[in-house]
Amino acid sequence: MPVSLPFARRRALAAMALLAAAIAWPAAAEEPKRGGTLVFGSTQSPRHLNGAVQSGIATALPSTQLFASPLRFDDKWNAQPYLAESWSLAPDGKSLTLNLRRGAVFHDGKPITSEDVAFSIMAIKANHPFTTMLGPVEKVETPDAQTAIIRMSTPHPAIVLAMSPALCPILPKHVYGDGQDLKSHPRNSTNVVGSGPFRLVEFKPGQRVVMERFDKFFIAGRPYLDKLIMNITPDTSSLMLSLERGDLQMLPFASVPTDLQRLAKNPQVQLTPAGYEGIGALNWLAFNLTKKPLSDVKVRKAIAHTLDKNFISKALMAGFAKPADGPIVASSPFAVNDLVRYPVDLKKAVELLDAAGYKAGANGERFKLSIDYLPGADDQQKTVAEYIRTQLKKVGIAVEVRTSADFPAWAKRMATKDFDMSMDSVFNWGDPVIGVHRTYLSTNIKPIVWTNTQSYSNPQIDDLLNTAGGLLDPVKRKAYYATFQKVVTDELPIVFINQIPYHTAASKKLANVPTSIWGPMSPYDEVHFK
Amino acid sequence: MNMTRTLLSRLLQGLALVLAVVVLNFLLVHAAPGDPVETIAGASGGMSDELKAQLRSQYGLDQPLPVQLGIYLGKIVQGDLGFSYFFNLPVAGLIAERIPATLLLVVSAVLAAFVIGTTLGVLSARKPNGLLSQTITVLSLVGFAAPVFWTGIMLVILLASVWPIFPVSGLRSIDATGGGGARDMLDVLHHLVLPALTLGLVYLAQYSRLARASMLDVLGADYIRTARAKGLSNRVVLYKHALRNAVLPVVTILGLQFGNVMAGAILVETVFNWPGLGRLAFEAVLRRDYPSVLGVLLFSSIVVVVMNQLTDLCYRLIDPRIKTS
Repeated sequence: MPVSLPFARRRALAAMALLAAAIAWPAAAEEPKRGGTLVFGSTQSPRHLNGAVQSGIATALPSTQLFASPLRFDDKWNAQPYLAESWSLAPDGKSLTLNLRRGAVFHDGKPITSEDVAFSIMAIKANHPFTTMLGPVEKVETPDAQTAIIRMSTPHPAIVLAMSPALCPILPKHVYGDGQDLKSHPRNSTNVVGSGPFRLVEFKPGQRVVMERFDKFFIAGRPYLDKLIMNITPDTSSLMLSLERGDLQMLPFASVPTDLQRLAKNPQVQLTPAGYEGIGALNWLAFNLTKKPLSDVKVRKAIAHTLDKNFISKALMAGFAKPADGPIVASSPFAVNDLVRYPVDLKKAVELLDAAGYKAGANGERFKLSIDYLPGADDQQKTVAEYIRTQLKKVGIAVEVRTSADFPAWAKRMATKDFDMSMDSVFNWGDPVIGVHRTYLSTNIKPIVWTNTQSYSNPQIDDLLNTAGGLLDPVKRKAYYATFQKVVTDELPIVFINQIPYHTAASKKLANVPTSIWGPMSPYDEVHFK
Repeated sequence: MNMTRTLLSRLLQGLALVLAVVVLNFLLVHAAPGDPVETIAGASGGMSDELKAQLRSQYGLDQPLPVQLGIYLGKIVQGDLGFSYFFNLPVAGLIAERIPATLLLVVSAVLAAFVIGTTLGVLSARKPNGLLSQTITVLSLVGFAAPVFWTGIMLVILLASVWPIFPVSGLRSIDATGGGGARDMLDVLHHLVLPALTLGLVYLAQYSRLARASMLDVLGADYIRTARAKGLSNRVVLYKHALRNAVLPVVTILGLQFGNVMAGAILVETVFNWPGLGRLAFEAVLRRDYPSVLGVLLFSSIVVVVMNQLTDLCYRLIDPRIKTS
């Protein structure tokens, strides 16, 4: 029944509305356009859509749209409120208190409570492949529906970054807490329920993920887009064509130099390298330290001195890649400049090899080595491996480039240490505890790809990393990582080559292309068409 | 009676063949270096020991190979194709979902190639040294010799990029909702043209060459001379007497091709991002997703066996001289 307001009150209301409109005017002028369908491309196929039990780019892209996390991050590594309105890390670094937003609901309409947060964090700890991320977490206390306190056995500053959208999706306990194994839970692929800005409409494995605007998303008025489609096409050139034709409006993780050149020239396309600081993708040359002569640091240094990273970045990567000189990607707050560097110097390389006792034979050859490379990204890997071969020939090292048929074949060689040298691409994943420690800790020498497959072992490094992982004060923590970076670049289990030139290409019609530290692996609630 | 017995023995032969293929596939797939857990670890950007061991035992990969084979055969007999390691979904479902797309692609490509190829072959057999014949020969050879993926990419560049008449890839427009209405069917047909053309070109060459050769062969036979001597018109001789016999080897190839067309489909489906069995098989191999690979291979071996039997049956219809042998 319509209620007629008394005249005076109506006038007052009208005046208030006018006043509100006047105050809101500047914001209203920039009110983004609503609606539209954003189609973005991916060459990788997600196994399923639940980022709580599956890491990697492929799952993170849709998972960060479907599931909300306690915190999100801006482009300067600052935590921002998301599901949690406020948070505080205890002075002893052993507990993180999250104060959740009131009134937030899951896609099925049920409220999000601290119980869901507690369930999700323990589920991630038990199932997520990155075990160091929540390693010290013991339990999550839930004093009331809006408060969750994460208790840890040791100080663990990485816990704040671990609350990111890509790493900490909050699952509804009433859906995923039914006792079934979470890694193979049927609701990871069908009928997915999260609380992110978009909800699932259709997931066709290996083909596409269709998502639509969630009307009751906890940030009022967002998202701006009506629909989001992730188009999975294994072939980069098809995706490029589709972007040029306008079938796609966004292509994240573009890294092939020739593609980037083409995209940079396209007047319809905006191209940005921002948004890949968090993932921190490095391209490097790894040595197998258990094999002679690579067990000799002089030999490794000699090899480093033959490589012109500037040539690799400028010529091989068409100027799109930045050279990398250390284990922590330059965009990380823990990266330092004081590293041992190896400028190109073939004479010095020869001296080092002579000093190591590997004199040139009658045919000028000192010894033979093989080099493997990660298949699937020839522009980042194979090309550089071929370049290394020609450079090492100049100093008397005969290199055979070994091809692997596909990823599993290469991964097996790494896991079983059946290699001399290998090109590799490894991600920092935000905090060094997640993506850096694993490569250098002697306790992580395991028969698994992307562990310490170099068999690098130095007690000092183990100490430095283990201590740094538990230091709350960022300045002190950085000091430990500084020493670590210096020692690693001096002992050289790995020659760092370049940062993978990931770019996001998008139609110029698109505004607010995601450029926070997690870039395309963060919610697209602010993205809109112009 | 005789027919029933033949059919029954054929059926048993077929079953034995399929079983042998399953065992062989199983051994071949497991002989490839690397394993599925390694791939999943790769897709995850790293993984712990415990998790890997857990996955291995969950998938039964910690059992000795003969035991795994036994378990697999036991399941196959019950019609259970298992779960995809990678997608964690039933393989039967993954395959069933992709059969229509592959069927559509393969049937339209092969039928178009058969009709057009045979016509061109017969036409060029009329005047074996004429201009038309020469042109058809050259074009067929180019179509046959060019690698499928190359033809595909060239067609995409030409007809989807330079002149954007057709879509780049996929089965439907990206934002299409499907549904099967008239608009949806037109959308699918629009997407079908380039992949079907690419796949069809290879077979078109084979059909036209075969039809031409076999037509020329038949035209030299005694009964054709007899027919001509009877005073029959050239038309009747060509299309009534010669064609019927000449088309026999072409039908053989048609039957065999429906079976082995998977090989071509893998490439075409990959180039055009066509969501069919070929792409599923290709990606499953890259992921060492054993149950999916074996499922697709089992399906295609059944198709090959069935098609061979059907080809035999067709023979009887076209050439009544073939009874049972």
